[in-house]
Amino acid sequence: MNIFDMTIHELHGALKARTLSSVEATTALLTRITAVEPQIGSFITVTAEVALAAAAAADRRIAAGECDLLTGIPLAIKDIFLTEGIRTTCGSRILDSFIPPYSATSWEKLRERGAVLLGKLNQDEFAMGSSNESSAFGPTRNPWDVTRIPGGSSGGSAAAVAARQAIATLGTDTGGSIRQPASHCGCVGLKPTYGRVSRYGVIAYASSLDQVGPLTRDVTDCAAMMGAVAGYDAKDSTSVDTPVPDYCATLKDGVRGLKIGLPKEYFIAGLDAEVQKTMDEAIETYRRLGAEFVDVSLPHTEYAVATYYLIAAAEASSNLARYDGVRFGHRAAAADGLLDMYTKSRSEGFGSEVKRRIMIGTYALSSGYYDAYYVKAQKVRTLIMNDFISAFADVDLMLTPVAATPAFKIGEKADDPLLMYLSDLFTIPVNLAGTCALSLPAGFSATGLPIGMQLIGKPFGEATILRAGYAFEQATEWHQRKAEI
Amino acid sequence: MKYQPVIGLEVHVQLLTDTKIFCGCSTTFGAEPNSQTCPVCLGLPGALPVLNKKVVEFAIKAGLATNCSITPRSIFARKNYFYPDLPKGYQISQFEEPICQHGWLDIQLEGEALKRIGITRIHMEEDAGKLVHGELSGGNDGSGVDLNRACTPLLEVVSEPDLRSSDEAVTYLKQLHQIVTWLGICDGNMEEGSFRCDANVSVMPVGAEKYGTRAEIKNVNSFKFVKQAIEYEIQRQIDLIEDGGTVVQETRLYDPNSGKTRSMRSKEEAHDYRYFPDPDLVPLVIGPEWVERSRRELPELPEQRQQRFIVELGLPPYDAEVLTASRGLADYFEAGVAAHGNAKAVGNWIMGEITRGLNDNGLVIEACPVTPVQLAELLKLIDLGTISGKIAKTVFDEMWRSGKSPELIVAEQGLVQVSDTGAIEAIIDEIMAANAGQVAEYRGGKEKVFGFFVGQVMKASKGKANPAVVNDLLLSKLRG
Repeated sequence: MNIFDMTIHELHGALKARTLSSVEATTALLTRITAVEPQIGSFITVTAEVALAAAAAADRRIAAGECDLLTGIPLAIKDIFLTEGIRTTCGSRILDSFIPPYSATSWEKLRERGAVLLGKLNQDEFAMGSSNESSAFGPTRNPWDVTRIPGGSSGGSAAAVAARQAIATLGTDTGGSIRQPASHCGCVGLKPTYGRVSRYGVIAYASSLDQVGPLTRDVTDCAAMMGAVAGYDAKDSTSVDTPVPDYCATLKDGVRGLKIGLPKEYFIAGLDAEVQKTMDEAIETYRRLGAEFVDVSLPHTEYAVATYYLIAAAEASSNLARYDGVRFGHRAAAADGLLDMYTKSRSEGFGSEVKRRIMIGTYALSSGYYDAYYVKAQKVRTLIMNDFISAFADVDLMLTPVAATPAFKIGEKADDPLLMYLSDLFTIPVNLAGTCALSLPAGFSATGLPIGMQLIGKPFGEATILRAGYAFEQATEWHQRKAEI
Repeated sequence: MKYQPVIGLEVHVQLLTDTKIFCGCSTTFGAEPNSQTCPVCLGLPGALPVLNKKVVEFAIKAGLATNCSITPRSIFARKNYFYPDLPKGYQISQFEEPICQHGWLDIQLEGEALKRIGITRIHMEEDAGKLVHGELSGGNDGSGVDLNRACTPLLEVVSEPDLRSSDEAVTYLKQLHQIVTWLGICDGNMEEGSFRCDANVSVMPVGAEKYGTRAEIKNVNSFKFVKQAIEYEIQRQIDLIEDGGTVVQETRLYDPNSGKTRSMRSKEEAHDYRYFPDPDLVPLVIGPEWVERSRRELPELPEQRQQRFIVELGLPPYDAEVLTASRGLADYFEAGVAAHGNAKAVGNWIMGEITRGLNDNGLVIEACPVTPVQLAELLKLIDLGTISGKIAKTVFDEMWRSGKSPELIVAEQGLVQVSDTGAIEAIIDEIMAANAGQVAEYRGGKEKVFGFFVGQVMKASKGKANPAVVNDLLLSKLRG
C-alpha cells in the first residue's frame, strides 16, 4: 500500500507500531504533491521545511511514547486558516504576501496534537464560489477528471484528499463549501453545527454562516478530525460551551431504528437522473440496515438561495472592509490621496466575484433598502430554521443529494453567476438553519464521477450523522475507489 | 427674543476600564504608538471581538444613575465607514436596542424651576485609533496610524432635544460629568478627550411646534467652548434666517481659536453607515438580578448625598452643594466629620483653606497633602483652646508643607495658646504703662482704642495669647 493512500487510522497504526516514521510519511506525501500538483493545483503554498521539521518533532514524541491519533499525521488546510509565520492568502491577490502573526484556533488544536502541516490549500477567493475558479492563484482541477471543477470553495481541500496529496484536510463551509467539493471529489466532508468549532483565526466571509470542518477519506477519519477541532473557544463569542462527545466511540452503533427524513423539496424534477438513482440506492441500503424513512417537508427551501446571497453578501461587504491597504495586504503602488489609495488597492486586490458580492451586500445594507433586503432575508432565515425544527420533530436525520449534478466542466458556469449560485441549492439551507450535515460518497456516474449524499443532523447531532455515515460506508465500497492520478 | 433655540447633546464618555472593550489590551494613555495592540484591535483577518464584562457593568451604572431602563437583550451593531484610524472598516457600536434607554436628569438653573432633560439612550461602542501627521517614529515624514486607542470603551449618552439655551446645555453637561466621575467610570478629563461632546443645535420661531433644521457641532471639548459654540451657532442660524436664508442640515466643526463654527460636511456628503447587527457578537442578555445587583452596588449619588448633608448634618444648602461637587470632596468631608464631629466647622475649613490650597497648587482633593483625620486633629486643638483659630491657619500651612501632625507642629514651634491670666496680666500692665495716653482716651469714653490694646497684647504674645482671656482682662483693667 502507498503511504499516501492511507487513512489517518491506518497511518496512526503504522506510526504507533514504529513500522513507519512521520518523516517517511511526510516525505512520501511531499513527493506525491510534487508529482501530481501540476495536474491538480490543490495548493497555494507547500510548506515542505515546516512539514519535515514538524514530522521530526512528531517522531521524537512517538519515540517518547506519546502517540496521539494525530501525532505525525501529514495534513493540509485551506488557505483561509491563519498560520503564524506562514503566508495566508485566502485565495486573494489582496493578501498575496500576508504573513499572519497568529494561528487559527482550529489549526492550533491539530498542531498541538502533533499534526504535520504540508501546506495551504487552494480555494475560491475569500471562500466565494462553488468551483474554485475564483482563486487568484489559478483553478484547482478535479482529480477524477481534470477538465472538471473540484467544487468550491474548499476545492483544494477536497482535491488534495482525492488526489492523495494529504491524509486529511480542513475546510470551511458557508453555503456548502465543504460538502459540495467533498461530493464532487468523492471524499467525506462534515459541516458542523454553527458554534461547534471556533472561527477564531479563520478569515471571515459570512460570519453568521461560516463553520470549520474536516475533509477525509472515510467517516472514521472524519470523526477523529472532528473530535480534534470541536469545542468552545473563549476567543470566539459565537462558539458554544457544550461538551464535545467522543464521535469515534459511537460510530459502530448502527442505524437500526433511526428515522431518516426525505425532504420532498430536495427531490425535484431538475435532479440529475444518476444523482436520483444514487439516492434511491442509498435509501435501499439504509432500509436493509434497519433504518426507517419518513417523508418530510422543508417548505421554504425555494427561498434559501436568495436569502443566503443577501445575508452572506451583506456580512461579506462589512467583513472585507478591513482590506484597505492601510495596515497589511496589497496597497496600490501609486495613489493620489486616501480615497484613490482605497479604490486602487481594492480594485487591484479583489477579483470579480468578490467585488460582485461586496456590491450586492453594500446595496442590501444601504439606507432605504435595508428593510426590504437584509431584514426580510433575516425573517426568511427564521422561517427556514423553523422548517428544520419542525422536520426534526419527526426524524433523527435527513438524507438528501449534495448537488443536483456531478462535477461540471471548468468554465461551464463561470460566466453565469446565477447558475453557479444554484449549484448550492441543497447545501445552503443547512447553513441558514445553523445545523450540521455530512457529505459522503454514495455512488458514481456512468462516466466515473463521484456522487455524494448529504446526511443532515439536528443541531449538535454530529455523532448521529457520523454513525449513520459509518454504517453506510461499511455496507458499501464507494469510499474505497481512488481517482486514477 | 423672536427665536427659540433647541439643543440636544451627544456625549462620549471614555470608560476607566483596565482593558479594551473587545480585547485584553491595556487602555493606558500615552504609550509608544501601536504598542498596546493585538490581532483584535488591529483588525487583522480572522480576529474576533469578545465583550469586556466590566464595560457592561459601567454602562449599567451610568444608566441607573441617569434613570434609564436597562435593555434586557441589547444588540451590538456594525457602523460601516472607511477611515485609516478605523482598522476593521467598521466600528462596533449599538444601534437598535442600546443597553440603556428612556432616562433623564433634572437640572436647575439659578432662580429657575427644576427642569427634566430626557436621555434618549446610552450605548456602548469602541473608539477609533488616531492619525499622526509629520515626523514619525521611523524618522520619515508622513502620516501614521496609532491604534493604541482603537477599541477603547466608550459610552455615548444621547439627550433628547430638551435643552433651550447654552446655559441649560452646560448645566446638563456638568451634571452628567459629575455623575460619570462620581461613579468612577470616567476620569472626566475633557482636554484629553475622556469626556467629549457634540451639540445638535437648531432654532425656531418662539411658539412654533416644529423644530428647525439642525446642525451638528463637533469638537467642543470644554464647558466654556460648549457655551461659546452653541451661542455662536444659535446667532449664526438666526442671522441666516433673518437674511432670508435657510439653515441646512450639516455637520459643523467648532474652532476654539476663532470661537466660530464652520461647515465640515453636508447632508449629501453624510455617510450611509449601513448599520446591521454584528454577527460576531451574541445578543447581550441582562437579567433583572444583574440590574438589581448593580443598583445595590451603586454609590450614593450627588443629589442624594447633598440632601443627606442638609438633613442629617444640618449643612446650609449652599455648603452641601459645594461639598458634593465631586465624590472625592464629599468623601473627604465625611471622613473629616467622622473624625471631628462638627460638620459646619469641617465644611468651612474644606471650603476655605483646603480649597484654596488645592487651587493654588493645581491639585485634586484625592492628592490633598492634609488628610481628613489630620484636619480633624487641627480642629480639636482649636476646640480645646490649645491654639487659636488664627494660629491654626499657620499650623495648617505647615501641615500642608511638611505633612507633620498638628500636635507636633504646635509643640515644635511652641505655638500653644497662652491662657494663663498671670502671664497675660503682666503683658497688659506693661502695655498700659507704656501707653498711658491711650488709656486716658479710653477712660475718657473713646472705646475704639480697645482694639489697639488687643492688637498690642497679641503682638507682644506672638499671637499665642488666648483672645477671650485677653478681652476679659483688658476690659476689667482698662475700666480700672
